[in-house]
Amino acid sequence: MLSGERQAERLVMDAGDIARALTRVAHEILERNKGVKDLALVGIRTGGVHLAHRLVKRIQDIEGVQIPIGELDITLYRDDLALRKEQPVLRKTSMPFDMTDKIVVLVDDVLFTGRTIRAAMDGLIDLGRPAEIQLAVLVDRGHRQLPIKANYIGKNLPTSRDENVQVLLEELGEDDRVVILNA
Amino acid sequence: MSLKRKDLLSLAPLSVDEIGLMLETADSFKEVTGREIKKVPALRGRTVVNLFFEPSTRTRTSFELAAKRLSADVINFSPSSSSIVKGETLLDTARNIEAMQADIIVLRHPSPGAAETLARGVKSSVINAGDGWHEHPTQGLLDLYTIRERGLSFEGLRVAIVGDVAHSRVARSNIHALVKLGAEVRLVGPPTMMPFGVEKLGVRVYYNFDEALRGVQVIMMLRLQLERQGKALFPTIREYARLYGLTSERVRMADPGAIVMHPGPINRGVEIAPEVADSLSSVILDQVANGVAVRMGILYLLSGAN
Repeated sequence: MLSGERQAERLVMDAGDIARALTRVAHEILERNKGVKDLALVGIRTGGVHLAHRLVKRIQDIEGVQIPIGELDITLYRDDLALRKEQPVLRKTSMPFDMTDKIVVLVDDVLFTGRTIRAAMDGLIDLGRPAEIQLAVLVDRGHRQLPIKANYIGKNLPTSRDENVQVLLEELGEDDRVVILNA
Repeated sequence: MSLKRKDLLSLAPLSVDEIGLMLETADSFKEVTGREIKKVPALRGRTVVNLFFEPSTRTRTSFELAAKRLSADVINFSPSSSSIVKGETLLDTARNIEAMQADIIVLRHPSPGAAETLARGVKSSVINAGDGWHEHPTQGLLDLYTIRERGLSFEGLRVAIVGDVAHSRVARSNIHALVKLGAEVRLVGPPTMMPFGVEKLGVRVYYNFDEALRGVQVIMMLRLQLERQGKALFPTIREYARLYGLTSERVRMADPGAIVMHPGPINRGVEIAPEVADSLSSVILDQVANGVAVRMGILYLLSGAN
């Protein structure tokens, strides 16, 4: 995507903005759930997994407790599989804890149409029965196509539908930043 | 990468990357088969037809389970209960099945090349579940998956394939894939069971089992097809068992930690001693379990819109 001629990108969050947003989101998660009891985070592959790990670390810094973390690949739950000519590459799901009666906070990088979150909720429920599912995202860019709303939002970002919002992270070999790429 | 094929007919034409993608995909499905709810909605609304012109329990059941765990609808079609006995051709049968909107046809047929003929004649995806002596690609893939699962890497891996190589589609699929992936493949069996000129595929032929076992990390036994015994490929079953049967003594001649594989069904006491089949080095039941995950992966990869 960024190979060859570099596309014009507009910076919307830098590394400091991302760090501060995540710290605030970590505090909000703890405030809303009155601590870490029964709390677990589940990152949606790929960007959400890295953000979930960062949130777990921040929660540990604040409360001194490491909460369970899972990684969810939603590919098999997508609603467009029957329409695609070639099927997307599967990644691994790993849920090393029992979700029953846990408060599960799904973590994703960008909230857009809401279809990924619908798929993620179906995927989660096939793996167990959480007491509650909440949603944390770094960027909410609007244009929902399903009735889905985030509980924790790093930044509300008004966009037009054809813009491409990218969350670039150190874990993916980039400098931390959120950009809008012009189509 | 994604798979850009309509069908899976054989392993011979696949690239190393394509095989890698199939094994990686199987790995994701292995996780699914370990869940309490072993079903995902990926193939909802799709129809998979098992078209089996030869008796098979294991492969057909494995495909059926794989398709059901992907939420596809499955129909089993076998000659005894169909119009094939009334003289309908393979292609006509398949076109009828296709007219009922089958998305994927899984074909087992006694004639080599049957799957390819079918694939050319229909729009549905075709998976070869064994065509005569030609290939059995999903068995080859599940064997590769099982080897890899044991932590062995293919580059330089020493594998002995033992038995009736000439009549084995399982051997052919494994030879093509293993050689491509950089393994050292040794074929072992009596001359009457070795295909003429097989060395051209990049393998070494051994007639002495003990000699072939030196340093081998994978011992892949083939089923002795007792129903072919009428063709007199060897004097007696007892003699065959003595020369080419896998005993625990022979397992000790291989690399320590070598694994024993068999595509099933096994003839205990003929090509494999009961204590070897049930030993810790045997991965025979892992092969069966992995077969479902591997076939889920293939069904998924081929389920793109036609």
